[in-house]
Amino acid sequence: MSWSWITAHLGDIASRTVEHLELTGIAIGLGFVLALALSILAIAKRRTYAPITWVAGVMYTIPSIALFALLVPVTGLSKTTAEVALVSYTLLILVRNIVAGIDGVPASVREAATAMGYTRWRMFFTVEIPLALPLVIAGLRIATVTTVGLVTLTALIGQGGYGAFILDGLQRFFNTPLFVGAILSVALAVALDVALVALERALMPWARRRAV
Amino acid sequence: MLPFTVIRLDHVSKTFPGSSAPAVGDLSFEIAEGEVACLVGPSGCGKTTTLRMINRLIEPTSGTITVAGRDITSVPAHELRRGIGYVIQQVGLFAHRTVADNIATVPKLLGWDKARAHRRTEELLDLVGLDQSLKDRYPSELSGGQQQRVGVARALAADPPVLLMDEPFGAVDPIVRLRLQDELKALQARLRKTIVFVTHDIDEAVRLGDRVVVLNVGGVLEQIASPADLLGAPSNEFVARFVGSERGIRRLSLINVKDIELDEPLGDGQPTISPDATLLDALQTLLRSGKHAANVDGSGSLSLERIAREVK
Ligand SMILES: Nc1ncnc2c1ncn2[C@@H]1O[C@H](COP(=O)(O)OP(=O)(O)OP(=O)(O)O)[C@@H](O)[C@H]1O
Ligand SMILES: [Mg+2]
Repeated sequence: MSWSWITAHLGDIASRTVEHLELTGIAIGLGFVLALALSILAIAKRRTYAPITWVAGVMYTIPSIALFALLVPVTGLSKTTAEVALVSYTLLILVRNIVAGIDGVPASVREAATAMGYTRWRMFFTVEIPLALPLVIAGLRIATVTTVGLVTLTALIGQGGYGAFILDGLQRFFNTPLFVGAILSVALAVALDVALVALERALMPWARRRAV
Repeated sequence: MLPFTVIRLDHVSKTFPGSSAPAVGDLSFEIAEGEVACLVGPSGCGKTTTLRMINRLIEPTSGTITVAGRDITSVPAHELRRGIGYVIQQVGLFAHRTVADNIATVPKLLGWDKARAHRRTEELLDLVGLDQSLKDRYPSELSGGQQQRVGVARALAADPPVLLMDEPFGAVDPIVRLRLQDELKALQARLRKTIVFVTHDIDEAVRLGDRVVVLNVGGVLEQIASPADLLGAPSNEFVARFVGSERGIRRLSLINVKDIELDEPLGDGQPTISPDATLLDALQTLLRSGKHAANVDGSGSLSLERIAREVK
């Protein structure tokens, strides 16, 4: 490890961190919105659930390098290419967890809410989603950790993030940037996971108090 | 004032898709304002289906239902439901909301301001006998009986004229159930709601109902009568079997001494009975005293033969 390399590149480290966070954040944000929409479709029209998870499952199994290769002729060496791939990897986990979470809402709760005069959508957002939160957040945690790892690969198509350090290290047989990139991406994954656990506790006071 | 019909079922039937026999077939009855009507019958006879058609959780296959004079299909279902309280056995409290927020559900849907909803919540906690200190708890932090009281408070929050209850006390132990039944009676004496109460327990129906609606499998109406009439004169074999062989004795607890014709007063040395006592209380007093008749405060006397005539 070359400490002088690190001290000379503190500015780079900061900007790569921002890039990595941005690539991850956009992927999780878009992935979540898309997954929520697909979940709503799957819940409203149950027959669509199997095809939705099948397509999301196929996307999930395509190796990321192969997906980049397929997308580059269409969208180029761009951020769009990176995000399309990253978002498609989040869908399976998020849709499955959102739907499972909603399915886990007790029928009696849904019956009571309907009988008190909730409209369908109001019930979805103010009763079903909050009660599904443990599974929704569990899905977000897996998706986030996975995405942080995948973002390192986007350096291959010219995007930034910690992957750029790793790539640099590999090309120059220079260990320091390689280690820095690897260690920081692990640290970022852990930090975001801890943040999501904190978010869950903040959003679910009812579950927090029961555990005491 | 003539009792005003609040709920009317007119030739209502329901056949679920994929089923050949109707769950409810051609059912008609009326429930008057301030009345508690208990729907009883064997499992699967269509009690829940009937109840759920009244707030449109289930749409009838044919027939019409009116609530407060209005065909229930003439308003959007969610608006209809905000004016009808609903209590079920599993309660269905919102685990993610505090007791206070659970109770304020319908007021919030109706757009009440915070202060008004808050005042109403406090009022309701008192009404159902829950301590104010419970208001910031979550449902998981309550006992079964407390949860059921919150369920009742939540159903009453916006002061709906009609209350539908589906075996609300079915999941609590017998002692708590008796207490909740007594509380409901006391509550109803103050509130005079129109209540449809589903139970498969004939004792509960007889204790709580002003009238009892006995259904048979397929949602067939067998008898609709006051508890005393039902126990005194079941209209057929099915009803007689359903209300059970001790119906005569049970009927005694429904009749007060002052409500029957008494014999001439007797001399001193007899036990005395209050006119407000039930015939069952009177029977116990007589059996315990070993006497054959007792004086009723001021108005006359009551003999074992006279009581026996009411057993039928
Ligand atoms: N959603 C449904 N789809 C199909 N059949 C149903 C549905 N709900 C009820 N049934 C059927 O309709 C009949 C009446 O059911 P219902 O729930 O009204 O009975 P119940 O009198 O409330 O019985 P219990 O005392 O067991 O609660 C039953 O045969 C039941 O299987
Ligand atoms: Mg039922």
